[in-house]
Amino acid sequence: MSNKLNLTLKVWRQESSDSHGDFVDYSMEGVNPHMSFLELLDVLNERLITEGMDPIAFEHDCREGICGSCAMSINGEAHGPVKSTTACQLHMFHFNDGDTITVEPWRAKSFPVIKDLAVDRSAFDRIIQSGGYVSVNTGSAPDGNAIPIDKETATMAFDAAACIGCGACVSSCKNSSASLFVSAKISQFSKLPQGQPEQKQRVLSMVAQMDKEGFGHCTNTGACEATCPKDISMDNISTMNKEYLKAILS
Amino acid sequence: MKLDAKIPSGDLSNKWVDYRSSLPLVSPANKQRQDVIIVGTGLAGASAAASMAEMGYNVKAFCFQDSPRRAHSIAAQGGINAAKNYQNDGDSVYRLFYDTIKGGDYRSREANVYRLAEVSGNIIDQCVAQGVPFAREYGGTLDNRSFGGVQVSRTFYARGQTGQQLLLGAYSALSRQISLGKVEMYTKHEMVDLVLIDGHAKGIIARNLVNGNIEKYAANAVVLATGGYGNVYYLSTNAMGSNVTASWKAHKKGAMFSNPCFTQIHPTCIPVSGEYQSKLTLMSESLRNDGRIWVSSKKGDKRHPSEIPESERDYYLERRYPAFGNLVPRDIASRAAKERCDAGFGAGETGQSVYLDFEDAINSMGKDTVAARYGNLFDMYAKITDENPYKTPMRIYPAVHYTMGGLWVDYNLMTTIPGLFAIGECNFSDHGANRLGASALMQGLADGYFVLPYTIGTYLSNEINKDKVTNSDSAFKDAEKEVSNKIDSYLTNDGKRTVESLHKDLGQIMWNHCGMSRNKKDLSKALNEIKELKNTFWSDVKVPGKKDTLNAELEKADRVADFIELGDLMIRDALDRNESCGAHFREEYQTDDGEAMRDDKNFSYVSTWENKGDKAEPILHKEKLLFDTVTPTQRSYK
Repeated sequence: MSNKLNLTLKVWRQESSDSHGDFVDYSMEGVNPHMSFLELLDVLNERLITEGMDPIAFEHDCREGICGSCAMSINGEAHGPVKSTTACQLHMFHFNDGDTITVEPWRAKSFPVIKDLAVDRSAFDRIIQSGGYVSVNTGSAPDGNAIPIDKETATMAFDAAACIGCGACVSSCKNSSASLFVSAKISQFSKLPQGQPEQKQRVLSMVAQMDKEGFGHCTNTGACEATCPKDISMDNISTMNKEYLKAILS
Repeated sequence: MKLDAKIPSGDLSNKWVDYRSSLPLVSPANKQRQDVIIVGTGLAGASAAASMAEMGYNVKAFCFQDSPRRAHSIAAQGGINAAKNYQNDGDSVYRLFYDTIKGGDYRSREANVYRLAEVSGNIIDQCVAQGVPFAREYGGTLDNRSFGGVQVSRTFYARGQTGQQLLLGAYSALSRQISLGKVEMYTKHEMVDLVLIDGHAKGIIARNLVNGNIEKYAANAVVLATGGYGNVYYLSTNAMGSNVTASWKAHKKGAMFSNPCFTQIHPTCIPVSGEYQSKLTLMSESLRNDGRIWVSSKKGDKRHPSEIPESERDYYLERRYPAFGNLVPRDIASRAAKERCDAGFGAGETGQSVYLDFEDAINSMGKDTVAARYGNLFDMYAKITDENPYKTPMRIYPAVHYTMGGLWVDYNLMTTIPGLFAIGECNFSDHGANRLGASALMQGLADGYFVLPYTIGTYLSNEINKDKVTNSDSAFKDAEKEVSNKIDSYLTNDGKRTVESLHKDLGQIMWNHCGMSRNKKDLSKALNEIKELKNTFWSDVKVPGKKDTLNAELEKADRVADFIELGDLMIRDALDRNESCGAHFREEYQTDDGEAMRDDKNFSYVSTWENKGDKAEPILHKEKLLFDTVTPTQRSYK
């Protein structure tokens, strides 16, 4: 089948959040082009363990592009070179024999490195906790069909809700802004009738929490949208800004 | 020990309503004094944590992922069933109950399944109220589709990401309770032991995966919502981290384990491409609606599929099952693919795949229609395989997907350890020997939102007068020390085998001998192989790194140690069950034309295993299944 690849990986190694990190080179020979990028790291880790070295720490779980665990910059791009694709679904046939590939963690003050490629993204959870929900207790819901929602609105709400919370948007933004992540949730609820009663408080709280976590501001460069593996649109940021303005002016 | 399922008396359709009205209540003031630990934050765990916190309990929730939103429920594609009858096609609670119990090949409890069907409608209402963006009709009402071969449209869905949207709904409800201070959330924490005091579950030992601290948590009750154990096969569609450890630690402390050999193998997955592979990807079985499955009629045929003429293609499902053809149930389609590949007719470089061909569909309905129906699945396939399924037939092979077995629970979802509850995929209760499509999400949320929050009151109402347990009790210190010693023993073991390589060996044993079809000879052989593997593991495992930093190998080592012991139990269970039912196919028990042969006279029971320690064999207890409402019948798809 396809030809095997010989590659050099330049991987960021950092023992803990307060230690100094650096790139380490690893040469990989005879790489099967059908491997996923994370399987490449698996193979390298097996080798490192056998050689008595510490394997590379990286987050991963579902390996189907939906859990949002995997998070790494590949040649400077969040999740690597293929659009709408997470690192776990990036396959090696997109690379060429002889390539040197640089792998590093998300770079953002609000995502401190835990070890190697694994970063702490709990700031995202705290932003959701600040208001990314509809306050409805179990058992108090009306019939599912009691509130009709037109198909187009439901589709738009879904498009915003498809965010997997991986943090690629923050990583690719020169300001380390979390605007795409935060706006996707605000936008999902702003489109739905269920989200209306708490809309004002939601946008104020979530934006305040985003600032408190130390994420930067949005300057509309669009890097977030370009690297988002789930194609979350920047239109959501406009929606967030509009909702924010409405909330502070009313 | 006698297993008492505590099924309420009365007519099947009134059991739950009557029982719920008679359950002991815990007053609001007392709820505030009750601590509940919930392990796992998938659909079952997150929904239970949120609901119980809303009711006033103090909840501590744990997950090993870096956020509760990453639990593997998130990967479910198809949908969630509910007996709403919105499509006016005659659906009802009874029909959903009947389809589920029949689909499970009559190896589940009538009362549990009926309750599941009964609360299914509430789940949809709750999720809609949370802002879950379900698919809708132009008129604004909720859309449904039919799924898994049933004759009504009762499946609610959110594109191909239903699990994601439902989990994010439960996660948002959980997040709200965290912000209100009613749930303390512990991410990157793995439960590594259960703590019993006077025979009751009163806490857990958890390992902080970031700094390695061994931490002790006490509570009035412990709830496990820790998912399935498909990764015992190494290759499965489960997430890499999915494991049996929490359930297994509970099992070793006295919680009995039921029907471990009932594992579902899904027919339409992307085949294994090489040795390095660690995970398989599922594609929705809706593909079988229009795709035709075939292999070459010549053994070892290495020709490109386009070079194999029509006359030399064997559409084996259409040949064997003319009435249902490519639409036979999951277990039958999976076994038939394995049969062809084992006989040497498999496709591709490895010979371990069959073709799923859309050529006829494209010719008859046009490429655009095929793209509209299956475009996202074709894209996913192309992304992974670098092949264009519009031109070259897809290659598929079955993969482990879901486990019906799990911790034994009574009608209250309590295990055989008082105070320990199990909800969602980690219990055994609702799917019998085979689960229907779109029913896993339903069960997880039913247990978490609408069953456990009430039934846990039967236990907690008796706890309010007892002294509060704290983590300074000696039972916690003993368990902590045991865990700590075990971790040291992994790190100091001077072995040569990586955890991954041992896990792969386990997967091979389980897949080859306790997979899609089983027989006494191979199972007996596997029992010895597992024993050897267990010895190899403890003498030769190599775990690198330190205990006080993030160390994935150390996490995996403890999980694989538990998987090996579970594998042993699964094989024993498969050996005991001298019949074929649902996903459990014993080659000795089949009809003349190769179909599963159930034995209701001798095997209409839940196999329930009691652990007797590392040195002794487990003991089998049987919970007899009684069918008052339905009459078990044999399945036929000819």
